[in-house]
Amino acid sequence: MRSRSSFAIVTNNGCVSNMTEPIPALEVHDLDAWYGHTQALRKISLAIVEQRITAIIGPSGCGKSTFIRCLNRINDLIGGFRVAGRVLFQGQDLYAPDVDPIEIRLRIGMVFQKPNPFPKSIYDNVAYGPRLCGLKDPVRLDLLVEESLKKAALWDEVKDKLRRSALALSGGQQQRLCIARALAVEPEVLLLDEPCSALDPIATARIEDLLLDLKKNYTMVIVTHNMQQAARVSDSTAFFMLGQLVEFGPTSRIFTNPLEKVTEDYITGRFG
Amino acid sequence: MKLAAADLRHMLRLRRGTEFVFKFVAVAALLIALGSLATLLIDAFLDGAGRLSWQFLTSFPSRRPEEAGILSSLVGTVYLILLTALVAFPVGVGAAIYLEEYAASRWYSRLIEVNIANLAGVPSIIYGLLGLELFVRALGLERSLLAGALTMALLVLPIIIISSREAMRTVPPSIREASCALGASRWQTIWHQVLPLALPGILTGSILAFSRAIGEAAPLITIGALTYIAFLPDGLLAPFTALPIQIFNWVSRPQKGFHANAAGAILVLLVVLLLMNALAVFLRHRHQQRLRL
Ligand SMILES: Nc1ncnc2c1ncn2[C@@H]1O[C@H](COP(=O)(O)OP(=O)(O)OP(=O)(O)O)[C@@H](O)[C@H]1O
Ligand SMILES: [Mg+2]
Repeated sequence: MRSRSSFAIVTNNGCVSNMTEPIPALEVHDLDAWYGHTQALRKISLAIVEQRITAIIGPSGCGKSTFIRCLNRINDLIGGFRVAGRVLFQGQDLYAPDVDPIEIRLRIGMVFQKPNPFPKSIYDNVAYGPRLCGLKDPVRLDLLVEESLKKAALWDEVKDKLRRSALALSGGQQQRLCIARALAVEPEVLLLDEPCSALDPIATARIEDLLLDLKKNYTMVIVTHNMQQAARVSDSTAFFMLGQLVEFGPTSRIFTNPLEKVTEDYITGRFG
Repeated sequence: MKLAAADLRHMLRLRRGTEFVFKFVAVAALLIALGSLATLLIDAFLDGAGRLSWQFLTSFPSRRPEEAGILSSLVGTVYLILLTALVAFPVGVGAAIYLEEYAASRWYSRLIEVNIANLAGVPSIIYGLLGLELFVRALGLERSLLAGALTMALLVLPIIIISSREAMRTVPPSIREASCALGASRWQTIWHQVLPLALPGILTGSILAFSRAIGEAAPLITIGALTYIAFLPDGLLAPFTALPIQIFNWVSRPQKGFHANAAGAILVLLVVLLLMNALAVFLRHRHQQRLRL
């Protein structure tokens, strides 16, 4: 299911190797999206490379959330939402009629902009996905929950209160719980919508370390308002504005040598 | 805007005046409502408390008021409401799930919603007529417990559907999204997230609907439930009576003794209602505790 290519092992420092062609996990072609009659995305085309982190930046309301919510078809839940164009996941169009959105969401996990833990215990939150897939063995569930919480850098804080309500956690802890919950179903791609917007700098640093660590096994797309964060963790950066993709390229180039004037203005904070 | 001190004082006095008037009207309205309720209770208590005894609860109706009791009607009411709940709760919640979760954005969903709201306001005697035609005559159930329960189920269905939909609507979309994003199917999301969160609201609404049904006499009289029954119903198709019918029957007798019996039966009915409402409060409270863990 998961195709691992040799080039991925060569590049673990965040630089795109120019030795081999990077393999796209997701290819977006001419994606349009509408909420009712208002168009939120216009002709977006870009490729998200396997085992890399792609950052999406842009001013508020420009369609970043809409874009990544198209990548696992979670926007199907919104009444009146409509897309046109193609999103290829390992060559298969996500929006083809014979595709099961449930399978897509199992393989492409998501962490939402606002922390949204279930009103259940911490343990049940993390075990929710695996249980839905039929995992019942308590020993394996325990292991999986522990492993996922460790990956999300939350284990030490909650290991003594796994049966307590997830709603009693702080906002930042809740967000890391949501990350752990998404990791527990072992997706191939992880979509993160401003995962650090509710976090303090220490927790943010831990999440960033986590992302860099996860990169060995996961393809990630992260929406962020934090330019430094995009520069620190991502390999490629896409700059969105007013529902359009203004510029897309390697993060190092976007941040040092943007082609478009608006990109430069936005990155340097002269926007507006 | 700047006001002179005198103007300001005048304006404030005016405001305090109107506030006093509104408060007075509100308190008066409350007193009228509570007062008439209290009068009813006290009256029933004075008349009926003397009749409350073990004998009253365990005797069948009789021609002699002092020997008569409510056994058959009390048991009939309990059976009737349990059977009604058994039918109306799953059907009502099921309909609400379909309308809210599967058809929410369809045009006919809104049409049905308006119609259900109207149905909730239809007089209960109309449901009685429907029950008479449909269950008693067309389906040949006669004047049985089952016919009564099905008629009552029709009566409470709109209320159950409306309150269940409202309860499900309070579940935030972010919870549904979180569940779907973890690969849950629509039904898994409903079963594991939406229903547990909506359950207290669904239960409260349903129990209140059932307690309304408990007090209904009109539909049962319409379908022809008997007033004099000296045995307990022994099956779904057995004839039955219920407390409101017994009360109605006793009140319409000329003898004083039967009026006391009616008051006693009213007190029993009130106790049953209070118990059901207490159950609703208890269920809601316990559920909230569980969510907090
Ligand atoms: N559920 C919705 N229904 C209707 N319109 C929506 C909905 N969600 C988003 N929009 C609209 O789509 C546009 C893009 O919104 P989106 O949430 O994708 O922005 P964003 O880039 O994520 O912003 P932010 O940085 O503030 O999160 C906005 O104009 C917004 O008003
Ligand atoms: Mg957003």
